[in-house]
Amino acid sequence: MNQTSLPFEYHESPNPVAGGGLLDRRLFLRQSLALGGMVFIGQDALGDEFDRPAWMLKPGLPFSNYGQPSPHEKEAIRWVSSNPAVPGNGVSWTPLHVLAGTVTPSGLHFERHHNGVPQIDPAQHRLLIHGLVNFPFFLSMDKLASYPMVSRFCFIECGGNSNTGWHDEPVQASAGNLHGLVSCSEWTGVPLSIILNEAGIQPKARWLIAEGADAAAMNVSIPMEKALDDAILAIYQNGEHIRPENGYPLRLLLPGWEGVTQVKWLRRLEATDQPAMTRNETSKYTELQPNGKARQFTFIMEAKSLITHPSPGHALQGPGLYQISGLAWSGRGKIKKVEISADGGISWAEAELQEPILSKSFTRFRIPWRWNGGKTVLKSRAFDESGYMQPEREKLILERGKNSYFHYNGQVAWSVDTEGRLSHVY
Amino acid sequence: MNQSNHPVIRFPKLRSLRLLLILSIAHPMATVADEGPKLGKPANPQEIAAWNLTVYPDGKGLPIGHGSAIEGKQVYDSQCASCHGSNGLGGSSEELAGGKHKLTDPNPDKTIGTYWPYATTLFDFVRRSMPPNSPGSLSHDQIYAVCAYLLHLNGIIPETAEMNATTLAQVKMPNREGFLRIDAPQ
Repeated sequence: MNQTSLPFEYHESPNPVAGGGLLDRRLFLRQSLALGGMVFIGQDALGDEFDRPAWMLKPGLPFSNYGQPSPHEKEAIRWVSSNPAVPGNGVSWTPLHVLAGTVTPSGLHFERHHNGVPQIDPAQHRLLIHGLVNFPFFLSMDKLASYPMVSRFCFIECGGNSNTGWHDEPVQASAGNLHGLVSCSEWTGVPLSIILNEAGIQPKARWLIAEGADAAAMNVSIPMEKALDDAILAIYQNGEHIRPENGYPLRLLLPGWEGVTQVKWLRRLEATDQPAMTRNETSKYTELQPNGKARQFTFIMEAKSLITHPSPGHALQGPGLYQISGLAWSGRGKIKKVEISADGGISWAEAELQEPILSKSFTRFRIPWRWNGGKTVLKSRAFDESGYMQPEREKLILERGKNSYFHYNGQVAWSVDTEGRLSHVY
Repeated sequence: MNQSNHPVIRFPKLRSLRLLLILSIAHPMATVADEGPKLGKPANPQEIAAWNLTVYPDGKGLPIGHGSAIEGKQVYDSQCASCHGSNGLGGSSEELAGGKHKLTDPNPDKTIGTYWPYATTLFDFVRRSMPPNSPGSLSHDQIYAVCAYLLHLNGIIPETAEMNATTLAQVKMPNREGFLRIDAPQ
């Protein structure tokens, strides 16, 4: 099912770069080893011209108006968890443990809705800009589509992602179901600064209240500085119009900031001199600390990483050479370095980062690893360009206590047993 | 959507504009000049008022209306209790009252009474989103009344106290000073 389920074979014995069998991150890039040293198991099953599989002996399916995943990929689905009494209030997780690369398929982008997905007719949808502005106005979607646009990749992460990390005992679930309230897409839309400049923001306007057109009319307060910096009124996701569950026809994009601020189904922006102190920026999405004070307006998603391959649910098929792979991201900018440990954090080696390394986006890391068949613990830690290092869980809890609920970004550890099974451990 | 509204057609100055946009993305503090095509339809005060749901901590945005916990209990029991439980706890949705453990306890209770910093947030949230199966169905009097009931359940106001556009904003919540702004201006 995935690469990590089969070991690579090789004929040389490269020197380890850290404990537990970690090898030089460039091993897989070397031509001689890649071509001559490794044999992909299963290759000999391809057959020859006289041994053709059934799908080569009859015409395939016709064209389709919109392509769907192979029916064999049934595990690549979002895992849904919602309130039975209010089915539209809940989340669905991106299955990070079955995906590769850095772009999340639009249909697998995580969801967090407060009262369902509104079925919006774009011909009737309008955005209102008002408040402390000189020229309040409405913009219809067809008018907005006539504005100049930009595209960028960025991740969106729910402030509540990974929050089982605050629990006393490690919860056993797949990597996606523990950490998959984060996804990465290419977004295209109109820089918000253009719209705000047209409206004429008054000097006293230090905040912008954003509101969605869902049945929760979800609203948050955003500092004007961010709105004028890199905010985008996003219309497209991965090249097509944003999916309904991600804000169709219009969502606010605030690169690097927690998901709840990136209001979906955006219908109103009010410039103000004060935050609205909405429910979702006071009683929720705030982090209570041991001293009884809560961190509020914690917008930036700090650096995080996790190993997606191998991870719980995967099985290693005996000792041999494997590729450890995972994702890292930071709301402060680019990922600068990811280090991997294959001995529970005693020693670390630098992983190879897949280009292009984009600011506030997923970065894929990889490193070769020779598993000797023994018990061990795999960990990753990310460093971003601001100098920040993803903290040890113990350090995070020492600083924040266990009742923060939101913004958990402690290092993630997977144990490997002698059968090659993986578990979540602290 | 009309695909013919492509920016290239409409903007002869796109080249320089695109450069500005690139610069604005590259430099966090840069802002784009006033270069939009100005296609917005002016919004008049009546239209804005009809769209504006937000209530602010200083009471701005609160409408005319009033209610006390006595009327609020009826609203709560018929509209809220099925999810939030009678007396604000024990339901399938989050607990609203009955907090026993302080915020400094190892297992703190984050209820309206122990955690919410502003009473105005109640009005804002209920009006825009509650009850989930029929948002927008409560009158302003009913919303003031249910706010009063929730504040009374949390021991913050007397049962007979009337909540209106003036008094709701005057309620001092116990945890008003309990928050530290991290990534925002003070």
